[in-house]
Amino acid sequence: MTIITAMPPPESPGKAAQIPSGAGLQAVPGPLRFLGRALRTLWSNGKARAGLIVLGLIIVVAVFAPLLAPHSPTATSFTPYSGPTGVNWFGTTGNGQDVFSQLVYGARVSLVVGLGAGAVATFVAVTLGLIAGYRPGIVDEVLGFVTNLALVVPALPLMIILAAYLQGRSVWTIVLVVAFTSWATGARVIRSQTSTLRTREFVTSAVFSGERLVRVVFREILPNMTSLVAASFFSAATAAVLAEASLEFLGLGNPDTVSWGTILYYAQQQNALLTGQWLMVFAPGLAIVLLMVSLTLINFGVDALSNPRLREK
Amino acid sequence: MRYVLRKVVLFVLTLWAAITLNFILPRLMPGSPVDAALGKLASAGVPITNAERNAIEIQLGVPHSGLLTQYLEYLRNIATLRFGTSYSFPSQTVAQTIGKALPWTLILIGATTIVAFIIGTLLGVYAGWHRGRAADSSITIGATFFGAFPPFWLGLLLLYLLAFRYGWFPIKGGFSPGASPNLSLSFLADALRHSVLPALTLVITTMSGWVFGMRNNMINTLGEDFVTFAEANGLRDRTVALRYAARNALLPNVTAFGLSLGAVVGGAVLVEGVFSYPGVGGLLFIAVTNHDFPLMQALLLVFTLSMLVAIFIVDLLYVRLDPRVRT
Amino acid sequence: MALLECRGVNVAYEPARGQRIWAVRDVDLALEQGEFVGLVGESGSGKTTLGHALTRMLRPPARLESGVIAFDGVDIASLHGEQLRRRRRNGFALVLQSGMNALNPVRTIGHQFGDVLKAHAWRGEDVGAHAIRLRAAGLLAAVRLEPDVLGRYPHELSGGMRQRVSIALALALEPRMIVFDEPTTALDVIVQQAVIQTIKDLQRDRGFTAVLISHDLGVVLEATDRVMVMYAGRIVEDQPASALVRGLHHPYTEALLDCYADPRADVVELGGIPGYPPDLSLPQAGCSFAPRCPLAEDICRAQDPPLSPLGRGRAACHVRARAATIGEEVGSAR
Repeated sequence: MTIITAMPPPESPGKAAQIPSGAGLQAVPGPLRFLGRALRTLWSNGKARAGLIVLGLIIVVAVFAPLLAPHSPTATSFTPYSGPTGVNWFGTTGNGQDVFSQLVYGARVSLVVGLGAGAVATFVAVTLGLIAGYRPGIVDEVLGFVTNLALVVPALPLMIILAAYLQGRSVWTIVLVVAFTSWATGARVIRSQTSTLRTREFVTSAVFSGERLVRVVFREILPNMTSLVAASFFSAATAAVLAEASLEFLGLGNPDTVSWGTILYYAQQQNALLTGQWLMVFAPGLAIVLLMVSLTLINFGVDALSNPRLREK
Repeated sequence: MRYVLRKVVLFVLTLWAAITLNFILPRLMPGSPVDAALGKLASAGVPITNAERNAIEIQLGVPHSGLLTQYLEYLRNIATLRFGTSYSFPSQTVAQTIGKALPWTLILIGATTIVAFIIGTLLGVYAGWHRGRAADSSITIGATFFGAFPPFWLGLLLLYLLAFRYGWFPIKGGFSPGASPNLSLSFLADALRHSVLPALTLVITTMSGWVFGMRNNMINTLGEDFVTFAEANGLRDRTVALRYAARNALLPNVTAFGLSLGAVVGGAVLVEGVFSYPGVGGLLFIAVTNHDFPLMQALLLVFTLSMLVAIFIVDLLYVRLDPRVRT
Repeated sequence: MALLECRGVNVAYEPARGQRIWAVRDVDLALEQGEFVGLVGESGSGKTTLGHALTRMLRPPARLESGVIAFDGVDIASLHGEQLRRRRRNGFALVLQSGMNALNPVRTIGHQFGDVLKAHAWRGEDVGAHAIRLRAAGLLAAVRLEPDVLGRYPHELSGGMRQRVSIALALALEPRMIVFDEPTTALDVIVQQAVIQTIKDLQRDRGFTAVLISHDLGVVLEATDRVMVMYAGRIVEDQPASALVRGLHHPYTEALLDCYADPRADVVELGGIPGYPPDLSLPQAGCSFAPRCPLAEDICRAQDPPLSPLGRGRAACHVRARAATIGEEVGSAR
């Protein structure tokens, strides 16, 4: 059978006829433009916008702590156990330190640990998830098993025990311990998404046209998972903030660092509630809540980006 | 039944891996916890027999035989529940200490998880169904806010307000001091009163995970064809929302149950610490404060095992919920 | 009085961000009881949207912007909630594309019949388990399925079986009109044939008005009595099915017919339509098909042609309308 096609080649779209934008992929834009576009899209989502504003404020407080805090956070020169006064707006600790200044400086540790541990955990999760999802077979099974194992061991008890064993007294110990226990959730999610994408036509065609593995992963698969990776990051960061605070509260961190968790640790040790230092308990806790809420709100926006059904109307 | 078989195999394998991990962990850690352990025991006045020292060394990784021999002995110890002696409670074995505390935690976690799951799921269904409207916004914002409360912080606040200030609930413990655990009604009532605040703290902080999960699942499910078809066939709103949408949206939540259980356990540890509740969480608190490694080790194992068993049970339950895995 | 009458129906998609898209523009149509109508068009022509509008199943972001949809004399566009729900019994039904996901995965077929029958039971009507089983078995028999399907779950049935179950569920409403939205698109050719035959037999036996939406003109020509062609949200042709295979028609229809050929011929000529469908977020000046039409003239670009008589039906084309009134023979531009 001979087939003759009488169809002329398609004209380029004219004035009245425009191609409606398809659901195809776009080339990976430069990272800065990409970030700008991501921020703008997030900004348009009401919840994410609120989250960005609060997070921004906390970051500003952390960066400008020396300017914003009226006193040094570690100076023990004030009257201990005093309530809010003109000098010490939020009162003092049992060691005579100014609570408000501690609160301001504490933002630094919480941000660094939260975002840092979140980033490390996400990095590990993405790496392992990509490998597991892309190479089915023994590698996938083994990694999957390890991930499941990591999920079965409850995070906080493991963190507590690791921190107790390590007896490390630096912030970085905490970051590592927290990251070590929170990569698994993200890895699982990324693995399943990679696995789904791997069988899609655009990946198959890239592989057939001879693209190297690394290129396929970074140019075809990863760009389609950005919102998933971002969501993983914000989830991990939220959990990390809570974990860090919990560890500090239990006295497993360095008691000399100034963080919101350590303020609460001393509050508990010094029975702050009984001595009337209710701000010492209330303020750092509220700060932790605000930081976590802001990250969660941003995550709402990221979720809406990846799943159009969740977008606000 | 392939599904069940697979789950059983996974359970056994993961169990073995967790036990082995527990064996490896102390051997990877820097420092010598054995001497610290023995020192603490000595200062607590516990006579240290050779067998005792042996057990501790095996548990904490002092090598005096080949690794494989140690491993086998370790497995044997586990199987016979010989975890050594804790130095926080030198008058009993670790196994006994944990044995007394475990029921308290199981009941606390069991009850709160069920309550949090039910309330969280219902709220999530409601929010998802009324998505975009005031009900949804308030539920979402509320869940975000309360879900961000560190469990220990909320516990402190509740403790202060309701126990200390208003005296509605006791300040600490699982039961009134001086009472000894038994199954009498008065004891149970006393225990119940002591568990309200810890339970309340746990429910509030863990509920939000369920709310969000269910809300997202609902929204996704509501876009499915079978929901549209059900509406086209004129089924009532409530039928569609519950029997068609929610019933299907529930499934991914159940699969993810295991993941959230870890958060519940973590929360329980903190809450028990704050309220001095006599569960295994409180024990961990004590163990950490005292650098009580034998106790910590055993607790890690107990935690992991409980999670495994709980997840396994839920996996089996899933078969009842989703007919597609029954083939 | 016609069973279904539409006047000036306009449906738009309004996404939260982005342009409003007019999916259905100014549609007037009338369907009599017992007609078997085909609604044909390419993706984006608005046929599925129109089908959903006719059965009041539009969901956000789609909205019925204006128009009247009178079913049995009642404007159903103004009904909501319980009132609307009740109208579906003995009223209008919608069968979705691919019975694949149209059935609840966690409920047996029998239970799903029960849900539908109970939702529309009149007072005093027997909806006990036994009665439901009997009625459901009867409906299944009508679509040529065995009663043991009632105890099964959807995933235990094949695609074709699921599509038939969907049809049977719609029949449970005893509807006077059923809109079939691409009922065979996800099925292979042989099963397609069987399902279309089932629909034809049902329509003949029960006398409901059937609207068959498809992008496959061949399927529609074979099964229906009357064909409506949609392009860019408008109905551009409305003819008895038998009249479509010869004679002059709207250029778009002619081009569609051109796309078919005999697969057993020695030499096959494939036609095609150059260009792209228009961007429906922009206001359309003149005939939407003009940019791609071989017969386009200045009046086509200036004025949107109304549906005017052509042959035994109607078509929206200035050139054809003029030819019909003057009686000239205008060769088609092949």
